[in-house]
Amino acid sequence: MNNYMSAVLSLHAELSLIVVLVVVFLADLFRSRPGGRGLRVLVCALMLVQVLLNLSPDTRELFGGMYVNTPFTSVVKSILSAGTLLVFLQSGEWTRRPDTAIREGEFYVITLSTLLGMFFMLSAGHFLIFYVGLEMASIPMACLVAMDKKRRQSAEAGAKFILSSMFSSALLLYGLSLLYGTTGTLYFADLPDVLQSGGLERLALVLFIAGMGFKMSLVPFHLWTADVYQGAPTGVTAYLSVISKGAAAVALAVVVRFVFPALTDDWSVVLALLSVVTITLGNLMAVLQHDMKRFMAFSSISQAGYIVLGVLAGSPAGMASLAFYVAIYVVANVAVFAVISTVEQHGGGRTDREAFNGLYATNPRLTLVMTLALFSLGGIPPFAGFFSKFFIFAAAFEAGWHLVVFLALLNTIISLYYYLLVVKAMYISTPAEGSAFGSPIHSSRGVRLCLALCTLGVCVLGVLSCFYENLFQWADMLPW
Amino acid sequence: MEIHVISYLILSTVMMFAGIYGFFTRRNLLAILISVELMLNATNINFAVFNRYLFPGVLEGHFFTLFGIAISAAETAVAIAIMINVYRNVRNIQTDDINEMKG
Repeated sequence: MNNYMSAVLSLHAELSLIVVLVVVFLADLFRSRPGGRGLRVLVCALMLVQVLLNLSPDTRELFGGMYVNTPFTSVVKSILSAGTLLVFLQSGEWTRRPDTAIREGEFYVITLSTLLGMFFMLSAGHFLIFYVGLEMASIPMACLVAMDKKRRQSAEAGAKFILSSMFSSALLLYGLSLLYGTTGTLYFADLPDVLQSGGLERLALVLFIAGMGFKMSLVPFHLWTADVYQGAPTGVTAYLSVISKGAAAVALAVVVRFVFPALTDDWSVVLALLSVVTITLGNLMAVLQHDMKRFMAFSSISQAGYIVLGVLAGSPAGMASLAFYVAIYVVANVAVFAVISTVEQHGGGRTDREAFNGLYATNPRLTLVMTLALFSLGGIPPFAGFFSKFFIFAAAFEAGWHLVVFLALLNTIISLYYYLLVVKAMYISTPAEGSAFGSPIHSSRGVRLCLALCTLGVCVLGVLSCFYENLFQWADMLPW
Repeated sequence: MEIHVISYLILSTVMMFAGIYGFFTRRNLLAILISVELMLNATNINFAVFNRYLFPGVLEGHFFTLFGIAISAAETAVAIAIMINVYRNVRNIQTDDINEMKG
């Protein structure tokens, strides 16, 4: 009995998240008036506690191997929880708007339930749990995307998102059914022993990668990304671009590495191609964008390509640098979206790049944060983005993907061009006639705190060697 | 008379690719949803058939089918709710009219 209890308690990341979810749900239910600050403070405090409680990594197999917790997955879960906390902090301005104030509680509850789905996906030891977690992460996400009920773009984006995510999970599921037909088991632990490298297994692998490619918006499967990112409320876009993408990337890495070792030659070539095409096309399309949210969509597509490099490396170092990349990407991207969201809420809903013209004259601090985050995304040395790119390139290079790394390096130069276009707009361009920012923006305390934390992360995480040394150590301890 | 396993697999493959074809060619959101449902049901057939014919001793595939049905029902509910919202905003659910965002 005692043993059983301790086994269940090692689900602590999920259990504590469920507690947070239920408490927030009840608090929302019995809230006296919408629009107050209380709920956001409560949910942020609870998430902070959740992050701090789950910092202790442990290894455990539960339910006959259906659920596997490793130090690596628990540190990834902590990164995702912390990222969600940042998204919640910066969502204050949007949730305070009169038409969304009434749905504030729903926003938190639905977001937390997608996070719970990602946790189960990451810890899955069986494809059934994996699939349930994946769907638990993507069905509520469609509700989040369509959250601005009265805005036409949001509704469109919701429809596009749910249909493409259903399509991708149907592909993935078909792949899984073929895998089941050829092997007779869906346990991650049993599959490597019985999996052969036949044609059906290859088809299953390709369908699986296609399904995950949709979730991560890799290039042939990226068509939904720009529309959904533009149409969704900005806070939701931030969540979608970092948390959802990061979880999918780590899950893909875990599955291809541990379930398909018999097909390593096949998936590594497929992923190498996908990575190069994704980085290049994402970059080229990003140059053409004028709307900041579409621009960030293509930027995040190309970042997904870099993330795939970590999967490609297929080594413990690759896994660790992938998690590190996701962590850095979370802080930098959330900072950018927080600034976009602030400008949007105070500038009459504008998200085009011209809205940022001359922002420096009136809002130097906001501009500085945005600049640092963009430098980090582009990979300019003193900032964290440089280190994360360096590790991921090094891991892929060691695995022998020299040409791929070279092409990715060339692409970072292109990406610098378009990130610096935004910086140029903010510092050099003169504001357009009738610009909304004659005076400095007074952003709310939550946004300021979020931006401060993100800036700290961007500046410090790269030079803080204990963080990534631990990551590398935990990635070595992965089972199987 | 026992139906051969190949017949089931042909059925599920045809359903799958009919669904994919419909997904890319239909211009009505509901028709696209129906196409996706075809694809999901093709996978359910696959799981059930593989379990019944190839691995009769265990129930893994049947369970997967049950979960698949439940999850696709949840997806359909959300999809239809979103389509109703699209209709309220656009007064139409043809994809040609859902093209406000371009880039």
